[in-house]
Amino acid sequence: MDHKRRSGLMQQFIFVGPTSLFFFVIVLIPFFLGLYYSFTSWNGISRHVEWTGLRNYLHIFTKDPSFLHSFWFTAKFTLFGLVLTNLLGFALAYVLTRRLFTRNVLRTVFFVPHVIGGLLLGFIWQFIFVRGFESIGQATGWSFFNLPWLGTGGTAFWAIVIVFVWQNAGYLMVIYISAINNVPQSLMEASRVDGAGRLQTLRHVTIPLVMPAVTVCLFLSIAWSFKLFDLNLSLTKGGPFKATESVALNIYNEAYTISRFGMGSAKAMIFFVVVAIISLLQVRATKKREVEL
Amino acid sequence: METAAKKFKAPLLLAELLMILLGLIFLVPFYFLLANSVKSYSEILSDSAALPSMLQWSNYAEAWKATDFPHAFLNSFIVTVISNVLLAFLCSMCAYKMVRNNSLYNRMLYIALVAAMVIPFQAIMIPLVKVVSGLGVMDSTVGLILAYLGFGAPMTVFLFHGFVKSVPVDIEEASRVDGSSPYGTFFRIVLPLMQPIIVTVIILNTLWIWNDYLMPSLILQDPQHRTIPIATYAFFGQYTKQWDLALPGLVLGITPVVIFFLLMQKYIIEGIAQGSVKG
Repeated sequence: MDHKRRSGLMQQFIFVGPTSLFFFVIVLIPFFLGLYYSFTSWNGISRHVEWTGLRNYLHIFTKDPSFLHSFWFTAKFTLFGLVLTNLLGFALAYVLTRRLFTRNVLRTVFFVPHVIGGLLLGFIWQFIFVRGFESIGQATGWSFFNLPWLGTGGTAFWAIVIVFVWQNAGYLMVIYISAINNVPQSLMEASRVDGAGRLQTLRHVTIPLVMPAVTVCLFLSIAWSFKLFDLNLSLTKGGPFKATESVALNIYNEAYTISRFGMGSAKAMIFFVVVAIISLLQVRATKKREVEL
Repeated sequence: METAAKKFKAPLLLAELLMILLGLIFLVPFYFLLANSVKSYSEILSDSAALPSMLQWSNYAEAWKATDFPHAFLNSFIVTVISNVLLAFLCSMCAYKMVRNNSLYNRMLYIALVAAMVIPFQAIMIPLVKVVSGLGVMDSTVGLILAYLGFGAPMTVFLFHGFVKSVPVDIEEASRVDGSSPYGTFFRIVLPLMQPIIVTVIILNTLWIWNDYLMPSLILQDPQHRTIPIATYAFFGQYTKQWDLALPGLVLGITPVVIFFLLMQKYIIEGIAQGSVKG
């Protein structure tokens, strides 16, 4: 019995130990340290860490319009990013699950932007907005392309949305394709026999049955757009005049540009709470609409 | 021919044409990138939409040198491969034990891992740098890999955990009756069964780690250790608006991952679909 128990403990140690250790050291300890720093005025360098209580949090909510603005920007971005990537992703999936000659090639084409990291994509599109659009504008005369795309807050917002949708719609398409393919063919036929048109079948059969995929895709697109960082950094750097600064970038700048680690930590904690609440609410809301087969 | 034409009716053909058009629009950014990467600076400025009048390959040679491309590629490769192997290996063991041994510790660890999935990286990055430097692995590949093991663990364990629950216990019991040790059972029986989810995990983690910018930018300082995103960022800061150098640099940066995708396409698409079912 004793030998058996010791062997059980040993197994637990060998199987679960390493992952536990890395998780504690890299995630949990920094998370709680960050919580602690958020109540201090630590600057990242000095050994002396001064406890300031809730002062950072008060400051953020009363005297830091840049943070509140970055939240507003991120919320607006998330709304448009979420709706547009999901609509496009679903539409692509819906058409590309039908018998098209080119559907395999097209799936590849729509997916490929996603494999390139946000940082490099931002630089590529910086060129396109600055030089490429100008050339297209001159050739076609369409004023759409002659807008100062990265020059004003309003257009820069849409610039990031465009790149974000281009980057991520293909990923959601893949998830929607597998969900649509899993809808039993018999149900589609039954619906058609009952006289439902294509749109009615889509609305009453396909969409309810792919709700689990909708849950996943909404979760992913909310997480991606809420944590917008790389693309933001390389495409606009938050400019012009901080008009497109996401929360993640605002926190980064607070800590690494002006070296207020205590304040940055407090912002990070607020960010964490908001992300957690939104994720929970969203998963709960869409889970309810899933249909069990 | 006639019958084939009848089969593909007009609406379907229209859908096909529209989708091809949309596909071409999706590829336009790549056209701009590639076409201008072989133009001279003045030609880029005069008309960036036109095809290059002559191919100026020397742009690439210069960008290759300026980014120290082979070095950055090797660093990215090492970090991605080692992190991936260790994550898949350690997290599959962990998830397996967590499912089979429902102890209090394992239940609490599972809850902590799932909860940690919503922690944005920004919430831990500031103290993480302090922890990593406290361990004496700042500015090293080892430190970076360690960071990926920790931050990648929640999602990776979660995916494995969902999969292991669907693996029947009977086979394991049979193997144990045959005299196999718990370790032998895991490595010889369970691990091979987990192949589909291992592929998924490796694909998702590869796309993440290869493209990640923020984590290496905080942990690495020495140019010797730069990964591709870090090298590209530094390169861009130095040659801002010098598009004849910057664009070939970007092409070099995206080429490895695009090739990887085209080669592994089938697995990547399947892996994502699989991952979404579990995730």
